[in-house]
Amino acid sequence: MKFGVVVFPGSNCDRDVAYVTRDLLQQPTRMVWHESTDISDLDVVVIPGGFSYGDYLRCGAIARFSPIMRSVVEHARQGKFVLGICNGFQILTEVGLLPGTLVRNRDLHFICARVPVKVERTDLPWTQAYVTGQIITLPIAHGEGRYYASLDILKQLEDHNQVLFRYEAPNLNGSTNSIAGICNQQGNVFGMMPHPERASDPMLGSTDGMGLFKGLLEGVGAIA
Amino acid sequence: MLRKYQARIYVTLRPSVLDPAGTAVQSGLQHMGYETVEQVRIGKYVELVLSAADEDKAREQVDRICDRLLANPVIENYRFDLTESVDTGVAR
Amino acid sequence: MSSITSSAPFSAEEIASVGLKPEEYEEIVRRLGRHPNQAELGMFGVMWSEHCCYKNSRPLLKQFPTTGDRILVGPGENAGVVDLGDGLRLAFKIESHNHPSAVEPFQGAATGVGGILRDIFTMGARPIALLNSLRFGSLEDAHTRQLFTGVVSGIAHYGNAVGVPTVGGEIYFDPAYSSNPLVNVMALGLMETPEIVKSGAAGVGNPVLYVGSTTGRDGMGGASFASAELSDESEQDRPAVQVGDPFLEKSLIEACLEAFKTGAVVAAQDMGAAGITCSTSEMAARGGVGIELDLDRIPVRETGMVPYEYLLSESQERMLFVAYKGREQELITIFHRWGLQAVVAGTVIAEPVVRILFQGEIAAEIPAAALAENTPLYHRDKLGEPPEFIRQACQWTSDRLPTCTPTGIETPDGFRTWNEILLTLLDTPSIASKRWVYRQYDHQVQNNTVILPGRADAAVIRLRPPSSSKGVAATVDCNSRYVYLDPYEGAKAVVAEAARNLSCVGAEPLAVTDNLNFGNPEKPIGYWQLAEACRGLADACRELGTPVTGGNVSLYNETIAPTGQPQPIYPTPVVGMVGLIPDLTRVCGQGWQAKGDLIYLLGRCLTALDRLTLGGSEYLATIHHTVAGSPPRVDFKLERLVQATCREGIRQGWVRSAHDCAEGGVVVALAEACISGGLGADVNLTPTVHKDMSWRWDCVLFGEGGAQIVVSILPELQVIWEAYLQQHLGNDWQKLGSVGNSDTSLRVFTADTQLVIDAKIKEMSNRYSKAIERRLTF
Repeated sequence: MKFGVVVFPGSNCDRDVAYVTRDLLQQPTRMVWHESTDISDLDVVVIPGGFSYGDYLRCGAIARFSPIMRSVVEHARQGKFVLGICNGFQILTEVGLLPGTLVRNRDLHFICARVPVKVERTDLPWTQAYVTGQIITLPIAHGEGRYYASLDILKQLEDHNQVLFRYEAPNLNGSTNSIAGICNQQGNVFGMMPHPERASDPMLGSTDGMGLFKGLLEGVGAIA
Repeated sequence: MLRKYQARIYVTLRPSVLDPAGTAVQSGLQHMGYETVEQVRIGKYVELVLSAADEDKAREQVDRICDRLLANPVIENYRFDLTESVDTGVAR
Repeated sequence: MSSITSSAPFSAEEIASVGLKPEEYEEIVRRLGRHPNQAELGMFGVMWSEHCCYKNSRPLLKQFPTTGDRILVGPGENAGVVDLGDGLRLAFKIESHNHPSAVEPFQGAATGVGGILRDIFTMGARPIALLNSLRFGSLEDAHTRQLFTGVVSGIAHYGNAVGVPTVGGEIYFDPAYSSNPLVNVMALGLMETPEIVKSGAAGVGNPVLYVGSTTGRDGMGGASFASAELSDESEQDRPAVQVGDPFLEKSLIEACLEAFKTGAVVAAQDMGAAGITCSTSEMAARGGVGIELDLDRIPVRETGMVPYEYLLSESQERMLFVAYKGREQELITIFHRWGLQAVVAGTVIAEPVVRILFQGEIAAEIPAAALAENTPLYHRDKLGEPPEFIRQACQWTSDRLPTCTPTGIETPDGFRTWNEILLTLLDTPSIASKRWVYRQYDHQVQNNTVILPGRADAAVIRLRPPSSSKGVAATVDCNSRYVYLDPYEGAKAVVAEAARNLSCVGAEPLAVTDNLNFGNPEKPIGYWQLAEACRGLADACRELGTPVTGGNVSLYNETIAPTGQPQPIYPTPVVGMVGLIPDLTRVCGQGWQAKGDLIYLLGRCLTALDRLTLGGSEYLATIHHTVAGSPPRVDFKLERLVQATCREGIRQGWVRSAHDCAEGGVVVALAEACISGGLGADVNLTPTVHKDMSWRWDCVLFGEGGAQIVVSILPELQVIWEAYLQQHLGNDWQKLGSVGNSDTSLRVFTADTQLVIDAKIKEMSNRYSKAIERRLTF
């Protein structure tokens, strides 16, 4: 399965994701520059964490207009897989591939910590390697990770079981409905604030995030 | 008897201070095709309502509020407009 | 093109305004053979400041050991580089941003991070970790809280966005630093280019490139500003604040590393203090050539700037490159792709001068060496004996304290039990958990953080596999109270503690970068402190085999008290030390691992009371409000043995946790191991019963002595382990007890089984983890 990791100026988790897909999982992985547009060779596009274009005005606000994002939207429209992690999640909401938005953490501070996350649904590749209701521990590192959406959208999300990951108490950033990660209705676009790539290497003490990549490998591999 | 005033406060970066946010937005706009945009500088806008005996007193107070808290005088300037606010329905 | 005609002499005020002394001005006139113009005067002002030329400290720095088998680059370049084997090379350096942080804590600290990172990647190394050493006044003071929260936010803002993990550090709070905070930042980087990129210009006719951000009027004259005593006027000294752009720096890192790999770069230099002036003159002087630079080609973001402003601007995220002639376009293309400025702004010339052109005229022309190498030097006389206040303070002995009972002691705040004293110490912001701080720093980005902050005595970073199973450990340390009471012994203790912290995670100490934060060296006491501390650092680095590869000097750290009295800070020689971990599967944290594990103390036995002291201790300062006495003296032989024994124990897989005894002595170390591991412990500190009234419980419990490490091991290893200890440490170890259940207590018994301390983990944890947060809520 071929992974592509988008590199914006200011991305800083791009190499970390590639380390997991290329070095740990031995999958072909290429870095995709923000100005490029041809990603037809890719099965999964990952929009990594970081501070794209500095994230100064609003997280993801400028990145959404980059050339690569038009291709990512098209890639998603074709039913192919798109994963947004942290800043990538923010960009996916800005570009409209996922509903809602991510605003400043409740306590206004950047939070870097390991938090318990509950897996809500496991019938999609993203989470099929986990057990429904399983509590895993994932690292978070963000200043603007509090998920917010209108009541209508929240209802839609819940009705369609689009919440894949939910923070267990304490919900450190104050996300509405404790949302940590959501997918679109089709299930091929997924955004999450926690960093699964930071919990994938046994050397660093935790592999709770590896399930996401492995599930993707099995699930998408089966479809492709 | 105290009057109510509304202050509309603009906090902006001092002219010589680098504005990374403005620069990033400017370059973003240019990439989107808005090539006529020559400069972007981003500031803060604050609205507050206060009561004071007269406009001078209100102005004096807002000035101190800006200097002490709302603006960082090391790198920011501020200016504000003051208008006597119409009755907001709150008992005086 | 016209050359510079002699201007009229400057007035005494004008000379003083750029930070020069009258005799220094005379020397400038002598060297130039004419009076300088305004731009040149400004250039001399910054380049002859302590910050740039170390005119007060250079003679003292000479005594540091700077060479060793692993040292690839020592002092004099942008950063030191050590050889980690297998082709892995580590660049590292520490730098201060004290005065900018006092004026504008957020941007001051942020640009401090940006500056030290540039020192690392200028060498061709990718930054892999940041640490910081911070000092503030008391958190009870509102202004201190503002400085503290501002500095922490600034570090988070820059470090998080630039994508370099902030993995460790230290923070102390003491009124000695009120309104003069210390912000020292250390960075580590792993070389990515085959050749280490140096800063000496070479090749007459080669183009000089300006790359990175634009130039504006920000931070005008920051270098001389950084060396001026802070007065009430600094608050008005506003233009001296620079604003950093971590996003631009992140792009600059990538672009520079890419550029260096082309092989088209001859030399590179970051524009730090004194921007264009410093980079041109240092590159020229180090290469023994000259540089001609045309200001009209510099990308600016403001109009109407004059040469003086160009030359002294401290706009951030800028660098100067010398490229091979004909390959400049290759480099420019790379920088443009990353959205950065890159222009050919000058040429390397044979004549060893810095020549600055502006609007077709020569705006400045100075011999490069006069600015960057052959700079003023002050040899001062050191006081023959310690100053009076030190001699008085050192007369203090523990006899002046009330007698101890097995339950507690009379203090200025009434009778306190040992239990209460332990909890008070854990609640002291300098000792307490820094979680509130490091939670705001992204300490995991780059996916190499092996031990998370707060879990061990030093940070441990993996050198990215599959190429390596090695790791590096890093720490920053300074107990400045010790240095204040005895600069020579105190400085030695700083180095010993840094090495000990590395040993506690299983790392072999390799090399040092130092940040000397001191008061005014022109005052006899200030110079005495600086000279004595440097002597101590030099001796200790030699004893422990850790050469100094460079560092930073920040002098004039004094504030004017409201009474008008100058108040120097505690002399604070911060030591950043790096160590090598040969096998990352054998590293150690500080918390207990499992119930039943046996607890040992390596080093000075607690019964050897002559080897422990309350002088300069945290206990004495916090509980008895006294800063006095002689701090512990380093016993290097014991220190080396204890550290080697600990490292070997970790490498063998015997040692399951290791924690150095520092502020608060053995009981605070035990408490921290309990809190960190979430497990209790039962310990007996004294094998024999003491009924003697002069017996000092406080000295056993909270005395500080260096060369002490608390470790825990699997119970089944007891026999092997004790034989090993006997063989390597002789009698310098003792068995303390065993690890208990979760959610129980730390219980300290006497030999006749009296309970001296019984502190619940929950309560200790609560005090320890909330101490800082609690003081910030208002």
